[in-house]
Amino acid sequence: MSDFFTATVLFSTLAAGIRLSTPFLFAGLGEMIGQKSGVLNLGVEGVMLLSAFFAYWTALSTGSLWLAVLVGMLVGLLMGVVYGLITVVFHAEQGISGIGIFLFGLGFSDLMFQENVGTPKFTSKLPSVDIPLLSDIPHVGVAFFQHSAMTYTAFVMVPLVMILLRRTTFGTNIRAVGENPESADSLGVSVARMRFSAIVIGNTLAGVAGTALVLELGIFQPNLTAGRGFIAIALVYFGAWRAPGVMAGALLYGLVEATVITWKALGIIPRSLSDISAMAPAVITIGALVILARRVKPPAALTQPFSRH
Amino acid sequence: MATDTDIPMLEMRGITKRFPGVLANDAVDLTVRSGEVHTLLGENGAGKSTLMKILFGLYQPDEGEIRLNGEAIEVESPSFAISHGIGMIHQHFMLVPTLTVAENVALGTRSTRWPLTDLPVVSRRVEEISEKFGLAIDPSIEVWKLAVGERQRVEIIKALYRDARLLVLDEPTAVLTPQEVEEFFGILNEMRSSGHGLIFISHKLREVVAISDEITVLRNGRVTGHTTPAESDRQQLATMMVGREVSLAPDRPEIEPGDSRLVIRNLVVESDRGTTAVDGLDLDVRAGEIVGIAGVSGNGQRELAEVIAGLRDARAGSSVQVNGVEVVGQGARLSRDAGLAYVPEERMRDGAIGDFTVSENLVLVDHGSEEFSRRGLLRFGMIRSHSQELVDRFNVKTPGLDTTTSSLSGGNIQKLILARELASGPTVLLAAQPTRGVDIGAAEYIHAQIIEQRGAGAAALVVSEDLDELLAIADRIAVMFEGRIIGIVEIEDATRETLGLMMAGIHEGSPA
Repeated sequence: MSDFFTATVLFSTLAAGIRLSTPFLFAGLGEMIGQKSGVLNLGVEGVMLLSAFFAYWTALSTGSLWLAVLVGMLVGLLMGVVYGLITVVFHAEQGISGIGIFLFGLGFSDLMFQENVGTPKFTSKLPSVDIPLLSDIPHVGVAFFQHSAMTYTAFVMVPLVMILLRRTTFGTNIRAVGENPESADSLGVSVARMRFSAIVIGNTLAGVAGTALVLELGIFQPNLTAGRGFIAIALVYFGAWRAPGVMAGALLYGLVEATVITWKALGIIPRSLSDISAMAPAVITIGALVILARRVKPPAALTQPFSRH
Repeated sequence: MATDTDIPMLEMRGITKRFPGVLANDAVDLTVRSGEVHTLLGENGAGKSTLMKILFGLYQPDEGEIRLNGEAIEVESPSFAISHGIGMIHQHFMLVPTLTVAENVALGTRSTRWPLTDLPVVSRRVEEISEKFGLAIDPSIEVWKLAVGERQRVEIIKALYRDARLLVLDEPTAVLTPQEVEEFFGILNEMRSSGHGLIFISHKLREVVAISDEITVLRNGRVTGHTTPAESDRQQLATMMVGREVSLAPDRPEIEPGDSRLVIRNLVVESDRGTTAVDGLDLDVRAGEIVGIAGVSGNGQRELAEVIAGLRDARAGSSVQVNGVEVVGQGARLSRDAGLAYVPEERMRDGAIGDFTVSENLVLVDHGSEEFSRRGLLRFGMIRSHSQELVDRFNVKTPGLDTTTSSLSGGNIQKLILARELASGPTVLLAAQPTRGVDIGAAEYIHAQIIEQRGAGAAALVVSEDLDELLAIADRIAVMFEGRIIGIVEIEDATRETLGLMMAGIHEGSPA
């Protein structure tokens, strides 16, 4: 245990935790925006997988990480349009539609991978961007200022999403259609347009989450996300539909995951418990969710399709 | 008062709207002038809402034209209506509870600081409007923290903020206390004298007579009369509305009350939110009397009713006896077995199952009895004949016994529930809001039935927010305020004014 409590190990664990929390943060914020507008998207996992694969494939075949990120985003955006059509335009039941998107993403990303790549090959990873001066601070620099552009962006998104939802007319409209769509409709705010936009933004962020995950690893494999998309949905509840709350949840999850990995490497967790310890982040997050469960209500119109009369 | 030129503010001419199988509006004309309160009077389904939805762009008319200040318009959407100065105060408030007053007001309008919101600017205008019309609302407060009367004022501010000149008020007084109604009428008078045109939708005849300049009566989608309060009194208006003579004051024979059948002692009940909803309540209801429970909604009436019906637990030490049987915390079956019939407030949630047929709902309580089932199998023949008898006896208008209940009108669903509950000849009747949202004709019938039960020696407890209803049928009226009975008034001594003050928590001998 004493090996763990050295500055070097602690700060590199912290760094790993922040890195691991990146996809959760993107996906969680995206899901939150969708839910704020009243739409539950259970398909995050599937969108992440699709974006992850296409970003990976782009990186593999062109060598351009920028192009890969762009493709990952576009795939998310496209899936947002699809999910928006299903739920907003055709009023399909959200729970089932989301599961459909998940299953499609799981199967299609696997199929495309088998057809086009077959055996996993490494592609280049996202480079870490050292922030001048700050990254030279001992320990702290490693933990906070030597991350990829993706990670920085994820954390910058937190205040941006807060401003979007709290301080803009667009965000006020999003919150209104998620709480009382009849009211918004009666004032000439298009419920369909707001929800569609929120879904597209949310799914684009899910796409970015998948892209961040795959480009951090530099390799794709079937079911790469391994449930991260579903955890991201849980984090929205954990964070009580607030961006800082979602960030806290993502960080908690990432840090527990990083700690487990470090402890395994240091032998603190015996090899025989290795598989069980992999469940630790989920168990701890759910435990915290139960304990912290405040009386925060979800958006009142969550999962309710809207149509007039 | 009026800028009463030749050109009216609003002219709706020959408006016709058809829905599958229904002619909702049949060549309806409506003319509203500036500085006028114009009442649309009619029963549920008379076509008032359809007409207003057409005016507000929620429906498109099949025929007819709309002229606003003399100019023909096609109201294609609510935004179009709003931008042309038409405002609508919906019966169910169109507010987002989690947003502030200013955010609610600004919703859907252009911000001066787009894409950011401009709440300080909005707040200033809200304060100006509040000042001008005496509305007194703090723009920075979240709407869920406001009382019902205040929420309504937010709705009015919303419309005035959008420069509405013509306002539609859809049953605006349904949720207000008599005092709040007075204040509300004060606001309407302000708007009237500043030249707004007001369309007031209501079926509360007393209020219609008090506030209207003009009255247009609708029945079955058609205009059946046009009058003014000076020309027609309440009785005449009721007749125009229903299409036949109705009695606004039912006959109530003198009866000497018997022994107490419902005895409530020291009742303490928690609300769903964990606050104390009923706070030490004592009440007796005797055989052959109707006791009314008045009060503004949310003062513990719902919880009181649910405990008596066996649907909610009470704090230890509470006692509710139905015919001498203690029913607190024993479940609904025991309350019923003790002789209780219950007509719940939420008729489609607690009173009937919408997807079930009429006949299924009529045996919802008794389907397990010997009469209607044998060895776990339902006896359809018995159920049908019993249902047919009840439908005939209680005048439930339904296409058939196998009709889905939710397709009936509110009044007929209520009659169905009443039929089921009264079929067994109860000794204690508990009815919550028995005629809310029910036509005058059906309400008249329901009142007669409750009075008949009283005549048969039942003890009846009627919870209602409609003072006119209680004044018409009750022998005594108890007013609930903050979980207690603040006072009980014999019907001979009851006036709207004293009851209204009690509803606001003011009673002689209690601190104001």
